[in-house]
Amino acid sequence: MTRKQRRATMIFAALGTLGLAVGLVLFALNDSIVFFHSPSDVLEKKVETGKRIRLGGLVKEGSVKRGRGTTITFAVTDMAKDIPVQYTGVLPDLFREGQGVVTEGVMNAKGTFIADSVLAKHDENYMPPEVAASLKKDGHWQGGRGEDEATRKGAGS
Amino acid sequence: MIAEIGQFVLILALVIAVIQTAVPLVGAHRSDTALMRVGSTAAIAQFILLLISFSALTYLFVTSDFSVSTVARNSHSAKPMLYKVSGVWGNHEGSMLLWALILAFFGATVAIFSRNLPAGLRARVLGVQASIGVAFLLFITLTSNPFTRLSPAPADGQGLNPLLQDPGLAFHPPFLYAGYVGFSMAFSFAVAALIEGRVDEAWARWVRPWTLTAWMMLTIGISLGSWWAYYELGWGGWWFWDPVENASLMPWLSGTALLHSAIVVEKRGALRTWTVLLAILTFGLSLVGTFLVRSGVLTSVHAFAVDPERGVFILLILCFFIGGALLLYAWRAPTLKAGGIFAPVSREGGIIFNNLILVTACATVFVGTLYPLALEAVTGEKISVGAPFFNATFVPLFIPLLIALPIGPFLAWKRGDLLGAMQRLIVPLGIVIVAIIATYVLQNGGSILVPLAIGLAFWLIIGPMAETAFRIKFLRVPFSETLRRAANLPRSSWGMMVAHLGVGVTVLGIVAISAWRVEQIIVMSPGSSTEIAGVTLTFNGAKQRRGPNYSEDAGSFTVTEKSGRAYPMEATKRVYTRQSMPTTETGIHYYFDGDLYIALGDRHEEKAGAYTVRIYFNPLAPWIWFGTLFMFFGGAISLTDRRYRIGAPKKAKVKSKTMGVQAA
Repeated sequence: MTRKQRRATMIFAALGTLGLAVGLVLFALNDSIVFFHSPSDVLEKKVETGKRIRLGGLVKEGSVKRGRGTTITFAVTDMAKDIPVQYTGVLPDLFREGQGVVTEGVMNAKGTFIADSVLAKHDENYMPPEVAASLKKDGHWQGGRGEDEATRKGAGS
Repeated sequence: MIAEIGQFVLILALVIAVIQTAVPLVGAHRSDTALMRVGSTAAIAQFILLLISFSALTYLFVTSDFSVSTVARNSHSAKPMLYKVSGVWGNHEGSMLLWALILAFFGATVAIFSRNLPAGLRARVLGVQASIGVAFLLFITLTSNPFTRLSPAPADGQGLNPLLQDPGLAFHPPFLYAGYVGFSMAFSFAVAALIEGRVDEAWARWVRPWTLTAWMMLTIGISLGSWWAYYELGWGGWWFWDPVENASLMPWLSGTALLHSAIVVEKRGALRTWTVLLAILTFGLSLVGTFLVRSGVLTSVHAFAVDPERGVFILLILCFFIGGALLLYAWRAPTLKAGGIFAPVSREGGIIFNNLILVTACATVFVGTLYPLALEAVTGEKISVGAPFFNATFVPLFIPLLIALPIGPFLAWKRGDLLGAMQRLIVPLGIVIVAIIATYVLQNGGSILVPLAIGLAFWLIIGPMAETAFRIKFLRVPFSETLRRAANLPRSSWGMMVAHLGVGVTVLGIVAISAWRVEQIIVMSPGSSTEIAGVTLTFNGAKQRRGPNYSEDAGSFTVTEKSGRAYPMEATKRVYTRQSMPTTETGIHYYFDGDLYIALGDRHEEKAGAYTVRIYFNPLAPWIWFGTLFMFFGGAISLTDRRYRIGAPKKAKVKSKTMGVQAA
């Protein structure tokens, strides 16, 4: 093998790997990313049932109902609209009425959001950023603890 | 008073760092030995000053001096002593001071331990290292002063985030930082070499121990973080592809690549320009990690608006050092002499394969971590890129690397023999096939992927052993001869075996927990019981208790094994009084073949004394972290290798044949 051939082999190997990676990334970006929506978004944009999304907002006061088993229902609100959410499992430590929450799952035909994960994490002041942004947009929440929260999260990781 | 001393000394350290940047670089340029010597003195002085400053801050935390803003915001008088100390770096200001301290520590070790490094190279390394110090010390004094006073001083502090009050996490940041900052040594050596225009075997021999040390620290740091997430968050998971985790994974991946390519430079003089580039990129990714975590950009792109100074400052540091180094690279790299030639199938070729995959995998993590940020900044659309993305990109890229891993060490330098290597791996291959079949039979059908993955883990564990066995002619010569060979085998060879085997142990843990985890989420009343993974778990009810700075519901459980042996377990839900923040303290019982894991959930609203309980059996879970310990000790064994300990690194005879730069 001459030097040129050898170099060509290397370059082809590199391009091949990179090409494969780009392919995988594009495929995965198409397939496995999840969009974030507020309750108003969901109702206005008519998110199709069965499509995986993240739904975020505040846990509506007085809406949390624990059923007989491990299934819990509550409503997520952005102060304008509410969406009922059903979740089976253990709620995170920081899940509380009136606090920010992000849930991930699908809308069913009856307009209930079937969540398979509920996030409310890291800090008592924590407001999931997407929630903060969408609440801010609608003028319902004035953030003020962002700095504290960011540094704490940083230190924690 | 102590705070003012700390502050004063910090500024003094900044001044020294400026001197340490300018004087040795000018000295090296003019070949002035007196000026070059200033570098070593300054490096040691800078370290001592920062040590005093850091001790001052530690003292303030330990004595709970709430007239200092950082202490008031992040400590509390009722906190246990361990967390008063770890609180020093459990906040933004203190952790940046720790960053600078470790940076200066590495600089000082160069000054002390490398008397036999060529004077010019040493001066330049110290100068470049100090310039990073200048940037970060400026950052601290201008935007994140840890010694700012509060007036009036509050009666008590706000306390440390309860999630951080944990022994595993107390030592996670120092290790992680030692890793991040350790890569600055590789960076400084790379930039110094570019200024000098010379990268040779001796250079690589100097760079490798620093890179190895940094890599070991980062490995332990990441592992501690992942272990903490496993037992503290109560989700039973060990890696969440969270952007903050990815931020530490990226420098680890490229650092691992650097570790290997530096061997090629050292042994064969090839891949020089590539190794220099990798050293720059690895430290660049460490800075990206620091930026992502410290600027608040991760929690929200809007955090810039909350505290624009800090984020922008770190971004500027990042752009200056990485941009500058890359410009220097573009200008000087073509002048670097290329080294030995080799065939694609060779040890060098294997390491290129390793580098190619590690760097590409690192790039996919980079895209997955930054794409949501970029998209939000550009279109305002919010998305989350989570585990499914990384499972679809990172994992398939990584598998070929894992398959190739045991083969690489069997290939000779320059020109390898793939068929011969496979012949020598015939025994491991046999064991792997047996393992695959056994797993398939034991799991009673199901996906074929699981047995294959178990086979891969066995391949990774037994392959490296086979390589060592081959080298010491195990069972092929009299035992005494094997012993003699084992004693003579270089430490770096043993280190490689242990570290590579550790990869297999980790993979085995990952495969087992992913494929065979058992999960139950049920409501348990006092006295009720459930069966999981062959044991019976009985809930005895929960009691209220008080700790130093928290109160808790302690759920008590009794586990009865099939054999009749019974033992108690406890899982609690704590509420930290100061922050009124609840945390989950999981109960974990470690078996050889897995963990029984209990997390106490919410109290049931209707049934008296009943709780939602989450129970997992996580097969082989601890092996994930055992594997990283193997990697750490492999690195440590390698570090004690003779060639790093003894004498001046001899300049290897440079082959007169000059060849084109090996593109990789």
